[in-house]
Amino acid sequence: MAKLKDLAAMEDRLVAGHGMCIGCGIPIIFRIVLRATEDPLIIANATGCLEVCTTIFPRTSWNITWVHSAFENAAATIAGVESMYQALKKKGRIPEDKKIRFLGIGGDGGTYDIGLQALSGAVERGHDIVYICYDNNVYANTGGQRSSATPLGASATTSPEGKESPGKLQRRKDLTKILVAHNIPYVAQASPNRWQDLYKKAQKAFETEGPAFLNILCLCPTEWKYDESQGIRLAQTAIDSCVWPLYEVENGKYKINYLPKEKKPVLEWIKAQGRFRHLFKEENAWVLEEFQKQVDEDWEELHKLANL
Amino acid sequence: MSTLKTLNGNQTIAEAVRQIDPDVMAAYPITPSTAIVEAIAKFKADGLITGEFVCPESEHSAMSLCIGASSAGGRVMTATASQGLALMWEMLYIAAGLRLPIVAAIANRSLSAPINIHGDHSDTMGARDSGWIQIYSENCQEAYDNFIQAFRIGEDLKVRTPVLVGLDGFIISHSMEVIQVEDDDEVKKFVGEYKPVYPLLDTSRKMTVGPIDFTDYYFEHKRNQIEGIENAPPVIEAVGKEFGRDFGRQYGFLEEYRMDDAEICIVVMSSAAGTCKDAVDELRSDGKRIGLLKPRIYRPFAHQKIAEALKKMKAVAVLDRSSSPGAFGAPLFTDIRSALYDYEERPHIVNYVYGLGGRDIKVEHFKEVALKLEKIAETGKVEELYGYINLRE
Repeated sequence: MAKLKDLAAMEDRLVAGHGMCIGCGIPIIFRIVLRATEDPLIIANATGCLEVCTTIFPRTSWNITWVHSAFENAAATIAGVESMYQALKKKGRIPEDKKIRFLGIGGDGGTYDIGLQALSGAVERGHDIVYICYDNNVYANTGGQRSSATPLGASATTSPEGKESPGKLQRRKDLTKILVAHNIPYVAQASPNRWQDLYKKAQKAFETEGPAFLNILCLCPTEWKYDESQGIRLAQTAIDSCVWPLYEVENGKYKINYLPKEKKPVLEWIKAQGRFRHLFKEENAWVLEEFQKQVDEDWEELHKLANL
Repeated sequence: MSTLKTLNGNQTIAEAVRQIDPDVMAAYPITPSTAIVEAIAKFKADGLITGEFVCPESEHSAMSLCIGASSAGGRVMTATASQGLALMWEMLYIAAGLRLPIVAAIANRSLSAPINIHGDHSDTMGARDSGWIQIYSENCQEAYDNFIQAFRIGEDLKVRTPVLVGLDGFIISHSMEVIQVEDDDEVKKFVGEYKPVYPLLDTSRKMTVGPIDFTDYYFEHKRNQIEGIENAPPVIEAVGKEFGRDFGRQYGFLEEYRMDDAEICIVVMSSAAGTCKDAVDELRSDGKRIGLLKPRIYRPFAHQKIAEALKKMKAVAVLDRSSSPGAFGAPLFTDIRSALYDYEERPHIVNYVYGLGGRDIKVEHFKEVALKLEKIAETGKVEELYGYINLRE
């Protein structure tokens, strides 16, 4: 078990001075994740909040080697870096014992949507890479448009609530399940409030030979509209209500990593965020019901998969 | 010692890839360049190359992968055509902007719609402003020679710019020709060791590559990039000469064919130049004073060399194998016409679009163009500034 004191003493690979919002989940996540390996690490970052806020030329917040090329291709870009590593190792231009880790990062826009194909291709090909999606349920970098990770009923600028609409009309895409379907060695969901769990999953992902994927719930006070001091508590509500179950699939074997003592109603999660405020109008009551039903279905299915 | 081999255009590219053995090769199959990818896969399966061969799930990812691999610090190539190059379009600019000397073989093919698999230059002309060096090949031998030279040109430290080598889809990519294949060792020696510049894999440096520029830096960085391709002409000349010294076939920006006392001239690139040479020979034997100018390098554009070669002509026809709808003529024509603007002495100049979607162009078509040029030269009048060849209207 990692001790917080020891982790805190490690050199930061993502340092202060970036421009991410107060209370943003991204730096919280990556300051944990990047401590999970001491090997040299190269990151390819998709266009998005993390990329834009950390690398405004001539400044950088990356105390590590980092590359960005475009929005939809972080997985392909890191696969290219990894391919060159494999090639140069075989050709003897990189020493045999030199280990470098490779990490692709994208938000839900860059991963669930525009980058899904590149990610699918990269993990199918079996590159020795880790890919992390920080899922804040929205295109935050461009100001809050819907993504396929946006939950049912959330108001986003391209799925706004209005007289004739309760916000987003569709159910979230289950990206983690899609990655599991690639039969890769390691897939997991994590959340920053359970930092030990997140740390362990990142460690496992880095140590996996072949592709590993982490989907991490990412707090976004700007677009979810809540008091930014309450983010970690809100993430706790996400896992207690089973809106965001913590689980991992290691070589095809499911394991639920957190079983709430008492499963909280989804309402607790919804009422804390301004993006769902309109759901409390009488005519939108069906959305609340449907939301709860979907979460229950998914939770039940997960139990079956984990043989609980 | 070189050996004579019967190969088609795709096979000549594959042969050069085998000899150069780039560190990473990533390509997606598309007609008519598929055979290049298949040949590389087979070389890898047979242990004839040591580099990594990757099959990405799209051309967009192929170029993204090339960008990752090239910035990691090694030699990288790909091959594509048509829609594949179009799908790469976003990443072409990024490869050039990040100054990555990736080399791409393009089996030139038309763009949809209507879908058509045959040869024209719409694909690479669509990538005209992406910042890539563009080399066009008349035949299989040139495709082989150009592809080998491309690495030396793009990787030159003053240039550091990606290079594409065009070979006309089917017309060259699938036509068998006897070509001189140089010895593996000689080709390897000519291309030389790859010298990485700020490789990501050197983890002793911490680098941020591809950050965001706002209004305060973007323009300067773009200017730096432009300087790279502006530095290319002497390198292209030197590499072409060295290739001639080592292998007996010298290359420059242009090929001037029977231009010495010519009064009229046809400008055409790639495979059609071969047919045009036959037409010029026949017309010459009829006493016509006609020549051919074949640009080999399209970007960087040799505006001065082309203008110098053409300025004394009475009439010139520029033949484009692509169109630029709504523009004042097709790309090669507008470039050449603009290059002549500063010359007091300059020819009448017309533009013909030919061969879209692989439509054939024959000796008789060049003769028709020659007739029109003769008339312009005689009368000093241009009645039709641009038109089409071998088209039903």
